[in-house]
Amino acid sequence: MRILLIEDDTTTADFISRSLKEAGHNVQHCTDGKDGLLTALDSPFELMIVDRMLPSLDGLSIIRSVRGADNNIPILVLSALGEVDSRVEGLQAGADDYLAKPFACSELLARIDALARRGGGAQEATRFTLDDLEIDLLSHEVRRAGKLIPMQAREFRLLEYLMRHQGQVLTRTMLLENVWDYHFDPQTNIIDVHISRLRGKIDRDYDTKLLHTVRGAGYVMRMPVSE
Amino acid sequence: MAIRLSGSTTLKLALLYLLLFTGSVLVLSGFLYWATAGYMERQTRATIETEIQGLSERYEQTGLAGLSFTINQRLKRNPTSASIYLLTDPSGNRILGNLDRWPKINPDAQGWVELWLSSDKVLDDKAHPARAQLFTLRGGFRLLVGRDMEYLRSIELLILEALGWGILLTTLLGLAGGLWMGRRFLRRVEQLDHTAQEIMAGDMNRRMPLRGSDDELDSLARTLNRMLDRINELMIGVKQVSDNIAHDMRTPLSRLRQTLESAQDNRLSQPEQQLRVEQAVQEADHLLSTFNALLRIGNIEARHQRQAFEQLSLNQLLDDVVELYEPIAEDRQQLIEFEQVSVPAIQGDRNMLFQVLANLLDNALKYSPEQGLIQVTMTQPVADRIEISIRDSGPGIPAELQDKVFQRFYRMEKSRTTPGNGLGLSLVRAVCDLHNIKIQLQNTAPGMEIKLLIAA
Repeated sequence: MRILLIEDDTTTADFISRSLKEAGHNVQHCTDGKDGLLTALDSPFELMIVDRMLPSLDGLSIIRSVRGADNNIPILVLSALGEVDSRVEGLQAGADDYLAKPFACSELLARIDALARRGGGAQEATRFTLDDLEIDLLSHEVRRAGKLIPMQAREFRLLEYLMRHQGQVLTRTMLLENVWDYHFDPQTNIIDVHISRLRGKIDRDYDTKLLHTVRGAGYVMRMPVSE
Repeated sequence: MAIRLSGSTTLKLALLYLLLFTGSVLVLSGFLYWATAGYMERQTRATIETEIQGLSERYEQTGLAGLSFTINQRLKRNPTSASIYLLTDPSGNRILGNLDRWPKINPDAQGWVELWLSSDKVLDDKAHPARAQLFTLRGGFRLLVGRDMEYLRSIELLILEALGWGILLTTLLGLAGGLWMGRRFLRRVEQLDHTAQEIMAGDMNRRMPLRGSDDELDSLARTLNRMLDRINELMIGVKQVSDNIAHDMRTPLSRLRQTLESAQDNRLSQPEQQLRVEQAVQEADHLLSTFNALLRIGNIEARHQRQAFEQLSLNQLLDDVVELYEPIAEDRQQLIEFEQVSVPAIQGDRNMLFQVLANLLDNALKYSPEQGLIQVTMTQPVADRIEISIRDSGPGIPAELQDKVFQRFYRMEKSRTTPGNGLGLSLVRAVCDLHNIKIQLQNTAPGMEIKLLIAA
């Protein structure tokens, strides 16, 4: 994926570039706000990562200009201003996601992945399957190997989110934001408890484990990888 | 600098004071003079006029002989009096009277003349002033009735002199008083100034001197003292916070350092090294989250965040938070008893309030024993108040520590071993302050109840 990174701090930029390149992306880096905007408008990118505070033109202005030019490219804002308000401002300016510094590399990669897919697929599926696990959004039914598994509403939403993004690493923060719809800092590993309950329902009694923990990053729904 | 300023201000104040003072004394003196000297003069005129009236009537009734008789009698009865009489024939020759000749001055429209007499009633250039009325009788005889005004003039002079002295004295007193008052006022201002400078120089325990006079300067001094107390409190708070930060950060930082150091060890196997690095990352994450929490509290306390306020349903919020924590309770075999009435929507930041409820419920679960009971209720006891109560079955917080638990990094001895950064309740308090929510702590033995009082 061709990614434009506009970030003035070279250490952070190098770190991001390296991780993105390792993940197979093609990164172009601008350190200055105006440069960044011109580059963004000039050449086609598939995703933009924009720092909020930049020399010569701030991140939000860049986003507004890009959106003003009818460009729907997915944009992720990076900022040291991690608070809810700055976040709201960022999203209002037209950003698709917001990540507060400092962040874990895995979090950034997971979010970029999610953004890229959001941009690509507009199909509204009503059924997802993985191996012999099926989830039906219309009838709200979950089956594994044909057997109906009773689910509570939130468990269903959690599973739906995981199944929608199967193969993608989803961080705990992403789960909180998308399944519970709150931006807050849980002091306990509350998400892990919910995941382990979900595992108990869909994985425990089956040989093929589908819901995997990615150390230091989060969770992923996929077929087990044999190593 | 302070002295020059106060000097000029004192002078200005004194001059202003003097101006007002002298002005009023001048007006008062003028009135006094007009009222006394003027009155006496008017009295004299009126007496002369009446006398002439009487004498002319006598002339009408009894002729020249009667008039002469009356005048003579009056002169004889009181030879040293200030009265002046002169009667002349039509050609101006003196018939009788105590004035030697008819004055050559022309009278004014009302027939008045000003004369100068020597003491023996002889017209003279110097000596006594006198005032007289001229009157022409039937048959061409002329009558002059007047008064020696020397006495009146001396009284007038006396009054003027007294007033002059009075004004001089007043001016001096005014100047002195003004300077004194000004200095007195400014000395107190200077005291305040001086004290303020000392405090600025670092003596934070100094306070403005009070005189106990309950005047405006005292009340200013009191207000300043209260302000200083508040500043002091804040400074101590800041100092404590930074001390605490330093202290609480040192431990995880040194742990991080040790972990990294041990990861450098070449004898370790690859997976072991990997594990150390992972541990180090975890430590760093923990530190970062602590810093984030601190920043967040600071931000909220600075009240920068009200623009994210929206209408929100507390019922929804409470439902969600209880649902989120239910599995943890179940894992520990704790029971959450949850009851709520439907309450009206309030203005607030849903994410922050969710954080508050999450922190409180998280604490309640953490400090309740296994199989303990946690009660979450929301009621609306009066129309304008919503109460959310979270009651645990833990050890409670001693009354004397109930204020401290909201301080940053404060952790009770017993809870040092449980996970947490000591910032949860600080954040709760900051968010509640922002939302004007009151927090009440109460030991219910067993356990404790924390209540949020929200204006509906």
